[in-house]
Amino acid sequence: MNFPILSAIIFIPLIGAFFIFITRGSQKNVEENSKYVAIFSSLTNFLLGLFLWYSFDSSTSNFQFVEEKYWMGGFINFKLGIDGISILFILLTTFIAPICIFSGIHSIKFKIKEFFIAILVMETLMLGVFCSLDLVIFYLFFEGGLIPMFLIIGIWGGPKRVYSAFKFFLFTLLGSVLMLVAIISIYWITGTTDLIKLLDTRIVQEYQYLLWLAFFSSFAVKLPMWPVHTWLPDAHVEAPTAGSVILAAILLKMAGYGFMRFSIGLFPVASDYFTSLIFTLSIIAIIYTSLVALMQDDMKKLIAYSSVAHMGFVTIGIFSLTKQGLEGSIIQMISHGLISAALFLCVGVVYDRYHSRMISSYGGLVNIMPKYAFVFMIFTLAALGLPGTSGFVGEFLVLVGVFQVNILVAVLASLGVILVAAYMLWLYRRVIFGRVASSEIKKMTDLDKTEIYIFASLVFLTLFFGFYPEPLLNTADISINNLIDKYQTDINFHLSQKNN
Amino acid sequence: MHLILYILPEIFLALAIMFLLMLGVFTKKSFNLVYLLTILSLIFAIALVLNQPEEAYRYFGIIKIFNESYIIDKLSSFMKVLTLLFCMFVLLLSNDYVKNSNIDKIEYPIIILASTLGMILMISSFDLIVFYLGLELQSLCLYILASFRRNDERSTEAGLKYFVLSALATGILLYGCSLIYGFTGSTNFEVISEKLTESNMGAVFGIVFIIVGLAFKVSAVPFHMWTPDVYEGSPTSVTSFFALIPKIAAITVFIRFLYVPFINVISQWQTIIVFLSIASMILGAVAAIGQNNIKRLVAYSSIGHMGYALAGLVTGTNEGIHSTIIYLTIYLVMNLGIFGCIFMMKRENVFYENINDLSGLSKNHPMLAFSFLIILFSLAGIPPLAGFFAKFYIFMAVIEIKMYSLAVIGLVTTVVSAFYYLRIIKVIYFDRPKKAFDKNYDWGLKSSLILSSVLILIYFIYPTILTDIVTSIVIY
Repeated sequence: MNFPILSAIIFIPLIGAFFIFITRGSQKNVEENSKYVAIFSSLTNFLLGLFLWYSFDSSTSNFQFVEEKYWMGGFINFKLGIDGISILFILLTTFIAPICIFSGIHSIKFKIKEFFIAILVMETLMLGVFCSLDLVIFYLFFEGGLIPMFLIIGIWGGPKRVYSAFKFFLFTLLGSVLMLVAIISIYWITGTTDLIKLLDTRIVQEYQYLLWLAFFSSFAVKLPMWPVHTWLPDAHVEAPTAGSVILAAILLKMAGYGFMRFSIGLFPVASDYFTSLIFTLSIIAIIYTSLVALMQDDMKKLIAYSSVAHMGFVTIGIFSLTKQGLEGSIIQMISHGLISAALFLCVGVVYDRYHSRMISSYGGLVNIMPKYAFVFMIFTLAALGLPGTSGFVGEFLVLVGVFQVNILVAVLASLGVILVAAYMLWLYRRVIFGRVASSEIKKMTDLDKTEIYIFASLVFLTLFFGFYPEPLLNTADISINNLIDKYQTDINFHLSQKNN
Repeated sequence: MHLILYILPEIFLALAIMFLLMLGVFTKKSFNLVYLLTILSLIFAIALVLNQPEEAYRYFGIIKIFNESYIIDKLSSFMKVLTLLFCMFVLLLSNDYVKNSNIDKIEYPIIILASTLGMILMISSFDLIVFYLGLELQSLCLYILASFRRNDERSTEAGLKYFVLSALATGILLYGCSLIYGFTGSTNFEVISEKLTESNMGAVFGIVFIIVGLAFKVSAVPFHMWTPDVYEGSPTSVTSFFALIPKIAAITVFIRFLYVPFINVISQWQTIIVFLSIASMILGAVAAIGQNNIKRLVAYSSIGHMGYALAGLVTGTNEGIHSTIIYLTIYLVMNLGIFGCIFMMKRENVFYENINDLSGLSKNHPMLAFSFLIILFSLAGIPPLAGFFAKFYIFMAVIEIKMYSLAVIGLVTTVVSAFYYLRIIKVIYFDRPKKAFDKNYDWGLKSSLILSSVLILIYFIYPTILTDIVTSIVIY
């Protein structure tokens, strides 16, 4: 395979952004052209992602499509490659990006050109995160995402957008700088930042704990875990719909991916050591944020808190370090990517029409917008993990995984599932059923064609993976096995050293 | 005779200064001509530096002349090119400002040229006396420049303040030099290096005094007091000169002092530099938050950046020096850009300095706003812009010698300083638009700004261009 397909998939959106950047002419022309360029480049990328999946060999756990380019004096190389875990996130990203662009066409009213540039640059950076096989490259993409996201929230956001944008930026930056220290330390400890080489080296155990904590500080903020989750509700609430979708569907997954790839892959001993910390924080996140979600009167805020709870399941699954747990986390992340994106789009639909996110402004929408009520119902049920939706598969596997290691955690996490049902159903009842809140709501129109297409694709995938998660599991299977095998051998090695 | 060949750039600059002075005095309305000739002579001087005679590099790239008091090596050549190049860019950048703000006297470019000559002497000095002479030449010119708008109260105040404080610092530095001479018996760096030992208390005092003097020149905390006032009070064209060019010479001299004469007593000065570095990073980050005047903000941000540059020097390794030089180079490019943006804040030939004047810039001037965005994020050190790599190299060097606390403090202050850069971006992109600025930009200003923004943006594609040059610099 000589064609650099990963570079292509990463940089096509950037090239699209560049073309949008240089478009000139009357405002109407520029907007039309940039719209088409954005759609074209993001859809091309999605097809390329599918092609990548098609040509991906799921019978090996080695990194595939590896590319390496001389960069930065040779001591750090531009290295890309994917395995069964990263390809799923690449697919998710390439699928969500066009949805964001369609949603942007719908709801963004000013600076449209700049908006598409920001989304496309964002897509490039997110894909880079999932493709990079070098810690420094990873950091570059991981941090670079702050710039477009800051602008998306700050320029096109709601009334409190400045505060939210700052909070988002500074929180994540503060978390990440420690990771930079850790990355540089790894370079001086092992002499390389190449992930493939690092996975074969055992980092000395004393270093592992601090390095793990440094990576954790970055991922915990990004995921986000309790108690550093407070930026997320603010950012979600103020961001435009497309921004919320990107945040919830992909940005948060970067952290889950990071936990799998780096925390467990590079620091197995420390991961083992800190499992209880992760479990505690995740359980608090699940129960506490679910309770907080019950209290919200802002729809977006409610969904944001539910994201924190769902990501709590992800971390529990990852650090259960069982096959089912890890598989469950991956499915949970993918399905949360689809479901939360859909839920934010649902909020966006009514917000575009009525300009309120308050639950109390709505009511009785089922009479006025029946199609909308149907779509919203599917995603509400998917979010609470109804069997037959992808949400169920993820949560179920996570719970199966964690039952094998810690029953208490499993029981408490199951409690969370009930709470999720409580606030999601309550949200649904208050918005969709009941009396029509005001006469102005009656003027709202049901979903139009674009929206139906967007939602139809999301509904299809949610249900499809709910009934038949095999494609996802097959792809990731060998890589997960390999991850766990490596983890086990490292732990055993460590134990045998201790006994000696 | 052949020794003269090595200092051709210096001789050429000195002759150019005298010639331009004559030309300016004896022809009427000659400002534009003198300004142009100054830029041309800077370009010619760069060519002369690059075209050193072959023998200069015969002995490991080092040659010492005039009784070993003057050194020409890769460090000096690189820094000289940097000084002359950025001096040229500053002149290009500020041409429009100088003409529109009533300081277009022929002395202005000539004094800048004289000051540059002083810096070049400093960069190449390998002897306390030569160093001091160069320092005096450049500082005296800087005093005049700071108070160049002599009818303006603030400019006069800036000049006087700078003069008094700088004279004090120079006095301390001279005292340090004499202590070193007294205790080692030589003014030559090489000889001092051999004679200096840790038991030599008097000489250690001398080292401290010299470091204090140099810290004043790079405006490291706690010797930074003059910086915000002088930056704010001086005409902006002079501020841009202050923020860029003297730092090059000062950092070079810092490197030279710490790594040649003082290298054997590293344990004595290491903690001092760590303190200067941490204090500068923290103050630069915290104090800039409250500023509304963009020149004051740049002053504090430059204090912070010098803190990072000094962090590279703490290490005592070649990697440390390289990281500092790379940091300095990228800092210069970024500050060139930010001053380019400041010079564009002009409505009907009146220049504005307040951050609020930038409000809603992205609506009326999308390209200028975009440049601002790139440069500010780069100053904040966000990847993949050049400013990130600058910091990356510094922390590579710092962590190599296991100074984790310095690295963590440095990175946390990065986050704090990100706040005030973000504030400017917020004003530019999120706030309501005000009246548009003038659009008749000078070509020099425009091209310098575009150059610096593009360099910052695409640095990550090929970072080895800079690092390859810098890593060939070796200090003995």
